[in-house]
Amino acid sequence: MDTNTIAIKAVDLNKKFGSFSANKDLNFEVFKGEIFGFLGANGAGKTTAIKIICGLSKPTSGDITVAGFDVYAETEKIKKNIGYMSQKFSLYDDLTVWENIRFYAGIYGMSKKEIKEEADKLIDKLGLEHARNKLIGSLPLGWKQKLAFSIAIIHKPAIVFLDEPTGGVDPITRLQFWEMIYAAANDGITVFVTTHYMDEAEYCDRLSIMVAGEIKAIGKPLGLINEYKAKDMDEVFVKLARG
Amino acid sequence: MKRFFAFVKKEFYHIFRDYRTLLILFGMPIAQILLFGYVITTDLKDVKIAVYDPTPSEVSQQLVHKLESSGYFIVDQYLNSPSEAEAIFQKGDVREVIIFEAGLAENLVKEGKGNIQLLIDASDPNMGNLVNQYTQGIIRSYQAEMIDAPAVQGGINVESRMMFNTDLASVYMFVPGTMALILMLISAMMTSISIAREKEMGTMEVLLVSPLKPLQIILGKVTPYVALSFINAVTIIILGNTVFGVPVKGSLILLMGESLLFILLALSLGILISTAAKTQQVAMFISLFALMLPTILLSGFIFPIESMPEILQYISAIMPPRWFIVIIKNIMLKGAGITFVWQETLILIGMITFFIFMSVKKFKIRLE
Repeated sequence: MDTNTIAIKAVDLNKKFGSFSANKDLNFEVFKGEIFGFLGANGAGKTTAIKIICGLSKPTSGDITVAGFDVYAETEKIKKNIGYMSQKFSLYDDLTVWENIRFYAGIYGMSKKEIKEEADKLIDKLGLEHARNKLIGSLPLGWKQKLAFSIAIIHKPAIVFLDEPTGGVDPITRLQFWEMIYAAANDGITVFVTTHYMDEAEYCDRLSIMVAGEIKAIGKPLGLINEYKAKDMDEVFVKLARG
Repeated sequence: MKRFFAFVKKEFYHIFRDYRTLLILFGMPIAQILLFGYVITTDLKDVKIAVYDPTPSEVSQQLVHKLESSGYFIVDQYLNSPSEAEAIFQKGDVREVIIFEAGLAENLVKEGKGNIQLLIDASDPNMGNLVNQYTQGIIRSYQAEMIDAPAVQGGINVESRMMFNTDLASVYMFVPGTMALILMLISAMMTSISIAREKEMGTMEVLLVSPLKPLQIILGKVTPYVALSFINAVTIIILGNTVFGVPVKGSLILLMGESLLFILLALSLGILISTAAKTQQVAMFISLFALMLPTILLSGFIFPIESMPEILQYISAIMPPRWFIVIIKNIMLKGAGITFVWQETLILIGMITFFIFMSVKKFKIRLE
């Protein structure tokens, strides 16, 4: 983690739908190469905030920069510099491993040569050589998940957004998946992750907890556990969510 | 552009890997045109009739011969008594019983008039009507031949000519109709389903977060279907021409241009449907019910618009296929140029503009 370089900075981020405030005065910074957990119950406003940071929707007010670009004026540049993976893993079942890689690398504008090189590296790293020309639909869930993550960072983004990336996979695969996340962070990629699993939240460098559109707590996992005199993150979360 | 091509390539993979999609894309048009052309026909051919002729004469025999040689009728049997008619109708094969009065030929000579009774099975009213008209027509023309000098009789000699479709072949109507139906279904249904699939699979999110612009995504989705629908349009015209002899009297380029316009319309409608449908099932359901039934029932494809109740005539005016059918009928059968179909063409362009405007509006709201 490089605490001198800021990857995402939000100052007084507000988003209103009519009179309803989905995000109220969000303030946070995420450093380069940091694994930042973005927690909150369903409906707390996480998705709204992520959409704004990814450049899909405009905030009502506030100053937000992502990878050094302004979310109001430079969404195109932001989009080129981020990666995204959702809980559905978002690969095409009727395309092969290689075709999926080529497609996603292609829409990020990578050249044929680059795609070939990166795809070879990626397939080699995941040990998927035998499955290169197999349809994604025939792969086990755990592999799909790893592949989806590798594809999300194939264009070497500054920041990768993981929206509940470990849904539905077994604990061992989850652990392996977190090893991949650590490796990406070591390479300098900032990881912005949402999750429902509180034990997983403890793997993050820092995390924030949103309740009803506001960030109620932000800090290192251990720090938060001590601060709220809890035995684990689960308890911290429940205490905060209940107010 | 490179990004866009990567996207279009992927779309073609989706289409060619899914045999069901392929079947709908290429099997349906051919099946439909053959079905509509051969099976659903409103032409009379080899209708079975029965004849009761108590006093066979030259006149009655010539008449029966004329009915048979028309190709519309076949004499199934001769009856011994008029009372057998009901039993025969109940069996269902015979559609018409022709009863000559006793001594028809004599009466004609002596009194100058004779009577023929037609009993027609009208349990299928359209069929009944047709049978009645065709029979009367044949009898009238026989009468005209029989009378040597019609002018002396002072009768009015009506001679009608069926323009643009001399044989009154219903396949002439079905080819334009099927073309509208197929293009509408394929273009609108397939695009709406394929966009809904991206949403269902969660890949739409990833696409939206990527540097692809929403417009590129939509264009990338529809481009393959424009190409494939166009191939379909050409297939239908060729099939109609070679198998059923439906002519293309007007400009082929104009016909293709108008087809392309209608394809774009159907695609824009498909996009609009997909903004409302979250899943493939919903997309399919809306497409089938909102597009297929109105196209068949309200576009003048099968039922003439002029004979609909007034309110349905207004509704049919907002059905895109209605105008397209008018356009291609005019071009194919009457050889009309753009000067004759520009109004309908403008209506189609107006509809495209409206659907795209609505889609963009809905798409933006959803992104917010």
